[in-house]
Formats: sequence, C-alpha cells, structure tokens
Amino acid sequence: MLEGRDLACVRGERTLFSHLNFALDAGELLLVQGANGSGKTSLLRMVCGFLTPEFGDILWRGEKIGKARESYHAEMTYFGHAPAVKEDLTATENLDFACRLAGIPVDSQAVKGALGHLGLGHCLHLPARSLSQGQRRRVALSRLLLTRARLWVLDEPLTALDQAALQLVQSLLGEHLQAGGMALMTTHQAVMIPGVEPRLLPLKA
Amino acid sequence: MNMLQIVNVVLRRELILAMRRRGDVLTVLFFFVIVASLFPLGVGPDPKLLRLMGGGVVWVSALLAAMLSLGRLFASDYADGTLEQLILTPTPPVVWITGKILAHWLVSGVPLILVAPILGVQFGLSGEALLVLVVSLLLGTPVLSLIGAIGAALTLGLRGGGVLVSLLVLPLYIPVLIFGAGAVDGAMSGLGAEAHLSLLGSILILAFILTPWAVSAALRISIE
Repeated sequence: MLEGRDLACVRGERTLFSHLNFALDAGELLLVQGANGSGKTSLLRMVCGFLTPEFGDILWRGEKIGKARESYHAEMTYFGHAPAVKEDLTATENLDFACRLAGIPVDSQAVKGALGHLGLGHCLHLPARSLSQGQRRRVALSRLLLTRARLWVLDEPLTALDQAALQLVQSLLGEHLQAGGMALMTTHQAVMIPGVEPRLLPLKA
Repeated sequence: MNMLQIVNVVLRRELILAMRRRGDVLTVLFFFVIVASLFPLGVGPDPKLLRLMGGGVVWVSALLAAMLSLGRLFASDYADGTLEQLILTPTPPVVWITGKILAHWLVSGVPLILVAPILGVQFGLSGEALLVLVVSLLLGTPVLSLIGAIGAALTLGLRGGGVLVSLLVLPLYIPVLIFGAGAVDGAMSGLGAEAHLSLLGSILILAFILTPWAVSAALRISIE
C-alpha cells in the first residue's frame, strides 16, 4: 500500500541514500535501520511529504502522495522528534485539540480513556509544562489510540520512555498491526512484538 | 469535518493559549502606547504640531507593534512540532492558516484598536478624526496580520529571524500606512476619508484572499 520507488535523498552536498526501494502492506512493520546521520528521519519526513525526494516517488495505494494528499493524510499519522505537545495546555486539552484538528470527532470520555491507558490518569488537568519529558511523549503517543490511521510513521517512538511505557507502545503496535494497520518506524532499541516479524530496511549511501 | 469547524477549533486553541500567556499580549500593547507617547517628548509639546502628527504617529506605532507580535504566529508551533501535525491534517493548509491569522489579529490587532482612541485624544485629535482613526485601524490591522504572516512563515527557524522579518515585512506595510494615516489626515483637513478608507478596504479583501496561499507555500519551504 505504501511504496517507495528508487528514492534518493541529498542533504546539502551529501547523498544520504539512493536507489532505495521499499513496500509496506497491511499488517506489516518496517524498521528503518542505520547509524546516526544515515537519513532515517529524512526518509520518514519524505514519507510524510515534508521533504521532496531528490529522485524517485512515494506512492500510497498506487498514487503519488503529493497528488493524493488529502486521502493520504487522513489515513496516516506521524510521531516525530518534537512531540507536538503545547506546554500551556493540559494533557487533556492537548489530545483533544490534536484530534479535532486532525478531523477526528472525540468526546471527553475517549480522551480521558486514552490518557488513562497511557498511565496519565493522575495528571489529566496539569499543564504539560509540569510534566516530565517521558510523560509529554506519552501524551503525544496517546494520539495513536484515537486516530484511526492505517499507517503509523514513528520516528524514535521509544526514546525517553520507561520500561512500562516501552511494553505499552509495543503492545499498541501489535494491536495496530493485527487489525490490518501498518507501521514505518525507526528505533535504536530492540522491538519485540509477539506474532510480528519486523522487516528491516537498512540505509546506506 | 467542515472547514468552518476547523477554523473554529484553531481559533479556540489560539485564544486559550493567548489567555494563558497574557504577558505577551500586554507587552505588545504597552510597546504601542510607549512608542506613541515618545513622539511628543521628542518633537516638543506644540498642540498644533501634535494634532497634525497624531494620526501618522499612532499608525506608525501600530505598525511596529504588529511587527513585534509576529514572532508568536508560527514560531512556537514550529519548535514543538505542532506545525508538522497541522500540515499533516487532511484539511487544506489555507483553512487553518486563515484561522491562525484571524486569531493573531484578535489577540494583537484588536487591543491596539481599543487603545488607539486614547492615544488620539493625547494628540488632540477631533471627534471625527478619532472615529476615522478607529475605522482605518479596523480595516488596516488585519492586513498587517495577513502580510506579516508571510514574513513570519518565511523566516521560521532562521537565525536572526526577528530582524529579518522586519526587513521583509515593513516595506510591504507602506501602502497600509499611507492610506491609514491619509484617512485621518483627510478627516482633519475636511477633504473626507472615504477614498482612503475604501482603498484600505480593497487592500484588506485582496490580502484576505491571497496571503493564506502565500503563507502555505512559505511554510512548506520552511519545514523542509
């Protein structure tokens, strides 16, 4: 469903990768692998449409993502380095606005439930500035529970999380893949999801 | 979800954020008052001279204050990743950009309009001139937010973006200044302000239609 054809990425003078091909279908997890600076984040940003590939195309359901922008964005969600959590809003408001802006109708019960599921039940109404780094990332991850996106694009989702949260995210991923979702992800940690054999996508210039 | 709903959500979110950070709003307002109040100290307290200058001084101060507030428009969303999430929503970017600009005007433009008559009285403007001043600001300050948004979007993430944005945006503000201050002048000299005000109005309509597209393109470049 998601397909990259002969992709090349050039940042400044350096070619980060070239002739990169990949395909991702329902129920699959694709792990992008490579050293720091090998272009993992750049690849994910290309898949989101933030970066235009120097060469090659990215296709969603057989259409170029630039052409199918609206339907593509409606079916995908991105979790980046910056967690998109506003310090001045509470955890609840953050999640609520994020969902509404993405066009997902939510009620306060669903929002509370999602935050509770990620272990933030006791700080629903605290401004995000008083949350720790890991807690802010949990707020951002709670989005994954409420979006009905088929494609998850996750850039280092496991950093700054404690053991419990690590387990939680992996079980979320497992459920998502079982339900026919797909995920494109970078991480330096080991990913263990029962019943899922992640495919690897190594990056080299 | 329809587009008006999205504008509504963006507006509500921005207003809540502004309420939680009232200091930012007040800073711009005080800047406006102080800049306008410096002129009488600089040029001397001659009432005739001050009356002549009043409209122009208030307008220049409004221009500078509007520019000062541009940093808030996209910078924090850019830094914390919200901007990426906004771009990834299925809604066309023009929709939420319009919402954000509207919110910026409500938070930083409207307070200036409310305070302007007091400054006008300080300069001894007549009742009619005060009315024209308020109307011209009502038509002109949204243009400042709209045009300023292009500059704010283009300078995202650049070092020294604050200075750069003023170099980019101030020249584009000139027509607004000319017709805004001209309207007040016209009212005082008895020539009438209608011509200036209708020109300001047409600039506003044009800017409202065109600038969100330019901002959308600029954000695309900045986020790469």
